[in-house]
Amino acid sequence: MRLPCPHCGERDLREFTYKGADLPLPEGPDWGPDWEAYLHLRRNPAGETRDLWYHGPCGSWLSVTRNTATHAVAESRPAREPGS
Amino acid sequence: MVKLSPLSPFAGLLPREVGSLRVTEVDPGPVHWIAPYRSGLEGTAEALGAAGFDWPAPNRWTGGASGRLVSVGPGQAFLVGAVPPEIPGAAVTDVSDGWAVAALEGPTVREVLARLVPVDLSEQAFGADATARTLVGHMSASVTRVGEGFEVMVFRSMAGTFVEEVERAARSVAARG
Ligand SMILES: [Zn+2]
Repeated sequence: MRLPCPHCGERDLREFTYKGADLPLPEGPDWGPDWEAYLHLRRNPAGETRDLWYHGPCGSWLSVTRNTATHAVAESRPAREPGS
Repeated sequence: MVKLSPLSPFAGLLPREVGSLRVTEVDPGPVHWIAPYRSGLEGTAEALGAAGFDWPAPNRWTGGASGRLVSVGPGQAFLVGAVPPEIPGAAVTDVSDGWAVAALEGPTVREVLARLVPVDLSEQAFGADATARTLVGHMSASVTRVGEGFEVMVFRSMAGTFVEEVERAARSVAARG
């Protein structure tokens, strides 16, 4: 598997570390179903998923949208930049 | 009084020749990590430009014998072999003692590195001004094309592991004849 880093270009999976699902933060500080879903519930899709990856060599945190069934990568952007 | 004499990172480990691969230690001189602050990139490029260094594109290096400016990350570069000018818009850190630098040369250099580095280092893909932050085995490294060979930077604490890994790879390449 290869992933594109917005700075370095397409690189081997060995250079990346998986950092979990990239989900929007629930609104407000109070506990509720939204926070529970944010912390615990994952879909494990056979299809499109958006996850955080760390590209160790250049130190970039990335938000990568990819398809788990086809390995196609739809988007890879620096996680610090606002997403779509 | 005890007199301390400095040791280089590869002291006692290099130079080494395995098959047709030559590995030698490089004394890089001063190495500074230049990391422009947010919105400081333009001023940084200007200050370095006035000192004769062009800010490098990603995966590229600029300069020559009087110092190299090597892209090492988004909006970051290493100035190797020269002291940087005053740069108001950037964090400049002296990392000279933190890195071990080795030069790898010889007809099998690409074959040997192909066993350790997950980046295409072929002539077509990795030209004369190419550089990459990548891995050597499990080590974080900076690999730079210099002339017909490569210069590899690893953390100084990894110098011993680096020599061991390169030697093992070079030996198995040499064994294939
Ligand atoms: Zn990268």
